[in-house]
Amino acid sequence: MNLPRFVRALLAPALLSAAAHAADFAPAIIYDMGGKFDKSFNQSASDGTTKFKQDTGIEVREFEVTNAAQREQAMTRFAQRGSQIIVAIGFSQASAVEAAAKKFPHVKFAIIDGTVNLPNVQSINFRENESSFLCGMAAALASKTGKVGFVGGMDIPLIRKFALGYADGAKFVNPSVEVYQNMTGTTAAAWNDPTKGSELAKSQIGRGADVIFHASGNTGGGVMQAAKDAGKLSIGCDSNQNYIHPGSVLTSAVKRVDVAVYQTIMDAKNGTWKGGPIVLGLADQGVDYALDEFNRKLITPAMEAKLNQAKADIISGKLKVAESKAP
Amino acid sequence: MSAAGKLPRWAELALLPLINLVVALLLSGVVVRLLGESPWTAFKLLASGAIGSQEGIGYTLYYATNFMFTGLAVAVAYHAGLFNIGGEGQAYIGGLGSGLVALWLGDRAPFLVVLPLAILAGAAFGAAWALIPAWLQARCGSHIVITTIMFNFIAASLMTYLLVNVLIKPGQQSPESREFGANAFMPAAHEVLARVGVTFTASPLNLAFVLAVAAAALVWVLVWRTRWGYALRVAGQNQAAAVYAGISPPRIIVQAMLLSGALAGCLGLNELLGSQHRILIDFPGGAGFVGIAVALMGRNHPVGIFASAVLFGALAQGGSQLSFDLPKINRDMVVVIQGLVILFCGALENVFRAPLAGLFSRFGPADAKDAG
Repeated sequence: MNLPRFVRALLAPALLSAAAHAADFAPAIIYDMGGKFDKSFNQSASDGTTKFKQDTGIEVREFEVTNAAQREQAMTRFAQRGSQIIVAIGFSQASAVEAAAKKFPHVKFAIIDGTVNLPNVQSINFRENESSFLCGMAAALASKTGKVGFVGGMDIPLIRKFALGYADGAKFVNPSVEVYQNMTGTTAAAWNDPTKGSELAKSQIGRGADVIFHASGNTGGGVMQAAKDAGKLSIGCDSNQNYIHPGSVLTSAVKRVDVAVYQTIMDAKNGTWKGGPIVLGLADQGVDYALDEFNRKLITPAMEAKLNQAKADIISGKLKVAESKAP
Repeated sequence: MSAAGKLPRWAELALLPLINLVVALLLSGVVVRLLGESPWTAFKLLASGAIGSQEGIGYTLYYATNFMFTGLAVAVAYHAGLFNIGGEGQAYIGGLGSGLVALWLGDRAPFLVVLPLAILAGAAFGAAWALIPAWLQARCGSHIVITTIMFNFIAASLMTYLLVNVLIKPGQQSPESREFGANAFMPAAHEVLARVGVTFTASPLNLAFVLAVAAAALVWVLVWRTRWGYALRVAGQNQAAAVYAGISPPRIIVQAMLLSGALAGCLGLNELLGSQHRILIDFPGGAGFVGIAVALMGRNHPVGIFASAVLFGALAQGGSQLSFDLPKINRDMVVVIQGLVILFCGALENVFRAPLAGLFSRFGPADAKDAG
């Protein structure tokens, strides 16, 4: 058999269909290892693309990577097939975005939770420390024992930013509060280990904590369950998780990845897209603490007043929230 | 062989794996059908994605390079009667060794100095990571399966610590080191081929592929053509006989595991020096575990390992192509196909042996009949 011809025949349909759609707007999104349905960070991004599809009827090309080499490969592939904008979800894609953006200077790239200094890249970051600060305040205000807990996913700078904001917020309302901190693990599996999350939460509860904040993706399910079982409070993360255990979830540190993804694709479609850094904090409603019917009874008017005062002060710049520990 | 019948050598080595592979692919086709896609389209995409373009071939062989290193590592330990599940951790720590050399010398020494040092450091770090489980097995009888798998976790914790606290490039979120100096980059296949006038599409395929093939040849010579290799195989098959023959099994255990760890440790040459050009978190990406399947399917022989490594590389590359083009087939489906291949070629390899042996003894040449 003539292999090249055989192979070309196999390839032909794929090439044809790519050419046919090249002129249309074809945004692409690349999720990271956590996968599209992680109930947290990646899923929030997926919600943004779903909304875009609903609003415009335009399909968004999607890909979930399974190893490091696939990131740049996927970006190259999407760029070659005529995607005008490629959104990369997650800090670990930064170096791949950098390489691909240099190769395709006319394609727009956006990265969530990372920074790439190129004119055709939009770097979207969130001030998680601000929402965590408010959650820390809420935790210390709601705590009867004066002890609150934090369960992080994987031990990386991003999660330390959550932990720091939370501890600072708790100490802001009660300088003598004790904050227990645990990280679930050191591999990517730490994002998806509810059993261990539950054990860490139980151990913190055993030491007296009565409010526990998780920033751990899927692991947080176990944290929140353990808090509910023990009659204690938990705080959700990334998506609004108040509904998961109504009456037991004090609030959630919401991070609007969905809005950011929707906005960057929409801007690209409308021709208003610009490269450069974008930082979304409380002021931009990129992060917030969640208040809805599920936790209305847990947040007393006095607490709400204090939280909103702090929120206003952070927005006006009167109250500064550190991003990382001074070296 | 403990199976019911004996097969001619060619059937044992080629026909049986092929039958297993075809059955695995047929079953995958059923799953694809259930998901509402045409199995035929899916297989065409899988094949064209893996070998249908220069880029596809480049990626296939690039993945195969990783699997060859880890597959050889598993095979060497297997011949000594050891099941080394720690390839992942050994590759991770070995990559640290190669990466440190690349960080240190990448911008101050020529490539021809960096390369041998990076190989040595990768092999030495990987071997060192295998040494403790090996020593525990040889001296205390602590089972190597347990210790090596636990060392994978220790390796992950150690690397996370180093990447988050020590090696991280300041001012970034992602736990990655800075980029290596350009002299530490493995020459990419497309650059080398361009120099001799052949155009090849850019892909991460690099010189490490040649090193992996060389490692396979080295393993063949060591295991089948040296006294040490003979001692290794004797100790692996029957420890009592080995002692009777004057071979010290504990010594062989340690030596085999050192070689095994060194082979796995070379993965960083492909992944870090060849492609990523920095040390990053979780770079082995499961290749250490795929290596087990590769070694089993390749019958622990370097030639078989080469073939099955290329097959698994093709599945990885073709599978990603598949999920690009057929949105219903997501990455988990690709894992299902790989899982079926592993199931049929590894765990169920004897299912078709007896019927096949029956066929051969009925219709085949006389030499297949004598051993029933």
